[in-house]
Amino acid sequence: MTSNAVRPLRARGSRRPRGVLLVLTALLLVVIAASLVVGPYPMSLGDLAATLVGHGDAGSTFVVWDLRVPRLALGIVAGAALALSGGLYQALLRNPLASPDIIGITGGASVAAVYAIVVLGASGAVLSGFAFAGAVVAALAVYALAWRDGISGYRFALIGIAVAFVASGVLSYLMTRGNLDAVQDAVVWLAGSIGNVSWQTVGVTAVLVAVLLPFVVAFAPRLRVLQLGDDLASGLGVRPERVRVTLLVVGAGLAAVATAAAGPIAFIAFMSAPIARRLVRDGSLALTATALTGVLIVLAGDFVGQNLFGAVQVPVGVVTGAVGAPYLLWQLATTNSRGKGA
Amino acid sequence: MTTTAPATRPGPESPVRTPGAAARRRRRLAAGLVVCVVVLVAAVAASLALGARPVPLDDVWSSLWHPVPGNADDTAVHDLRLPRTVVGALAGLLLAFGGTVIQGVTRNPLGDPGLLGIQHGSSLAVVLAIALLGVTDPGGYVWFAFAGAAFAVAVVYGVAGTGRGGATPVKLALAGAAFAAAMTSLITLVLLMDPSTLDQYRFWSVGSLAGRSMDVVRPVLPFAIVGVVLTVAVARTLDLLALGDDLARGLGQHLVRARVLSAVAVVLLCGSATALAGPLVFVGLVVPHLARRFTGPDHRWLLAYAAFLGPALVLVADVVGRLVLRPAELQVGIVVSVLGAPLLIAIVRRKGVAGL
Repeated sequence: MTSNAVRPLRARGSRRPRGVLLVLTALLLVVIAASLVVGPYPMSLGDLAATLVGHGDAGSTFVVWDLRVPRLALGIVAGAALALSGGLYQALLRNPLASPDIIGITGGASVAAVYAIVVLGASGAVLSGFAFAGAVVAALAVYALAWRDGISGYRFALIGIAVAFVASGVLSYLMTRGNLDAVQDAVVWLAGSIGNVSWQTVGVTAVLVAVLLPFVVAFAPRLRVLQLGDDLASGLGVRPERVRVTLLVVGAGLAAVATAAAGPIAFIAFMSAPIARRLVRDGSLALTATALTGVLIVLAGDFVGQNLFGAVQVPVGVVTGAVGAPYLLWQLATTNSRGKGA
Repeated sequence: MTTTAPATRPGPESPVRTPGAAARRRRRLAAGLVVCVVVLVAAVAASLALGARPVPLDDVWSSLWHPVPGNADDTAVHDLRLPRTVVGALAGLLLAFGGTVIQGVTRNPLGDPGLLGIQHGSSLAVVLAIALLGVTDPGGYVWFAFAGAAFAVAVVYGVAGTGRGGATPVKLALAGAAFAAAMTSLITLVLLMDPSTLDQYRFWSVGSLAGRSMDVVRPVLPFAIVGVVLTVAVARTLDLLALGDDLARGLGQHLVRARVLSAVAVVLLCGSATALAGPLVFVGLVVPHLARRFTGPDHRWLLAYAAFLGPALVLVADVVGRLVLRPAELQVGIVVSVLGAPLLIAIVRRKGVAGL
C-alpha cells in the first residue's frame, strides 16, 4: 500500500485509531441494547435492567437470559473470531481475496455440515461437530498441499481456492440430490445464523476462542515485521516460517470454531479487515478494530434480520452480505475519491 | 499488505536474445499448439461418441452428416450430443478467455469470473427471473444472465475506478468480491422466501450442459464473437499492463481505455458463457494457469493455447460426468471442480505461479 510511504503525517494521525475504536465500541453498545430491548417480546429499558440483575418476571427472564443474551454472546464471539481469522489470513498471504471464506476453510465446513443435514438428517451438536471437522480437514489439506520448503502466499491462496472449488462442486452435488426440505435447511445453515443457540454452544465456542486469542495477541506484532519481507524480518530476529505457520493454524482454528457454532456467516471474515483498515487508516493491521467491526456487522445484521422483515426471521448471514458489502463498496469508492489511496 | 504479483517477472524465456533462439521458441510453442488442437479434437470426438448410449466413431461421422430419422444412435449424436458439444466447447472458450483477461487486467493470479462477482450478478438476475417472472426454461435465462453480468461489471468497475489511480488491481479484486458477497446474500434471501425457486435454481446453479439445444447458442453467438475479437485486440495491451501502471503509461498505453475495453470483453465473454451453461466455476481460473505453464506471460500465445484447452477441459468434464453415474449424469460444473482442482494444485506445486 502506498500509504506506508507517507510517514510524516503519522504523529498527527495517531489519534484517529483510538477515536475509531471508541466510536465502534459505542455503536456496539447501542446495537446490543437495542437487540436486548426490541423484538417480538418488547420490553422497556427499566424492565431490561431489572431482568439483568435478576429481578424480572419469569417471561422476561426467559426471553432475556435464554434467548437474547446467548444469541448476542454467540454473535460477539463468532463475529470477532471470523473477523480476526480473515484479517490474519489477508495479512499473512498479502492478498485481500485470501480470507477463509474464499480459500476453502469455510467450504470444507459447509460440505461436511450439508452432508450431515441432507444425508444424515443431523442437527445441533452433531452438525457443529461435522462443520468443525470439515473446516479442520480442509485447512489441513490446503496446508499440506501448499507446503514446499515453506509456505508462499500465492501458492497457499491458489491451492486454497482449488480446495474451495472442490468443496463447492461437492456442495452443489449434495444440493441437487437431497429432498427439498433438507435442502432448505441446508440453505439456512449455509447463510449462517446465531438464533436458537444454547448456552452450552456459546460456552464451548467462547472457551475455544479464548484459547486461541493469546496466540493472536502474541504473534500479531511479529506479523507487522514479517510484512517488511522475510530477509529483513530474519535480520530483526523474527523467524518468518514459525510466525506464519502459527498464525495460519490459529486463523484456521478461529474460523472453524465460529463456523461450527454459527454457520459460515457470509463474508464477515472477508470484509471486516478491509473496512477496519480503511477506517483506521494508519497502515497498521488494525486487528482490534477488525474484531470490533466483525462483531458490529454480525450484531447489526442480526438485529435487522430479526426485526425488519416482519414475521419472517432472516438469518444473519443473509443480511451481513447485503449490508456489509455495499458499505465496503461505498468505502472503496469514497476513500479514493478523497485521495487517500487504496 | 495488499500487494499483487511482483513487479518484475522474468519469464522462463526472457534472457533469450538471439534470433535463432527466438525462432526455436516460436517453433516449440507452435508445436505445443498443435498438441492442444489434437487434444480438443479428441475431446470433441469423445463428447459425440460416449454417454449412456456409446456410438462407434465411424457411425458418429455418418450420424452427423446423414442422420436417419428414428434411428436411436443418430438421434443421440445429432440431436442431443452435437448441440451440447457445441455449447460446452463455446462456454469453455469464452470462460478461458474471460479468465485470461481478468487475470491480466487485475494482475491477480486468483482472478476468475466468479471472484469478480460477474457470475453472481448473472445468478441473481436468473433467480429473480425464476421467482418474479416464472421463467422456467434455460433458454429463457439467457438475457437475464447477460444483464446480470453487465450490471456486475458496471458496478465493480464503477466502484473500483472512482477517484485517484483508477481501477487498480487491488481495488478491483476487493470490489469484485464485495459485490459477490452482496449478490450471494440477496440470492439466499430469495431462495429462503420461495422454495419452488430454490428447487429450480439448485439445478441451474450447478452448471450443466444437459438438455441444451442450438436455440441457446443463436442469441448468444453475436456477443460471444465480439467478446472474442475484443480479447484478441487487447492481448498486446495486457502484456504491457503486466509491467505495472507506471511503466505501461510510460510506454504510451492509455490505461483507462485499456481497462474499459477489457471490461467490455469480460462482460461479453462471461455473460455469454453463463447464459450458455450456467455459472460454471473454475474453468476461467485454471485454464490460464495451465496455458501459462507452457507459453510464459505472452498473452497472444496464452490466448491461443487457452482457446483450445478451455473447450477441451469442459468437454472432458462433461463426458466424465456422463460416464461415472450411467445412466444418470453428474453435472459438468461438479466434474470441472473435482477434476480441475488437482490440475491447478499440480500446476501450482510444480512451478509456483508462473509470471502474469
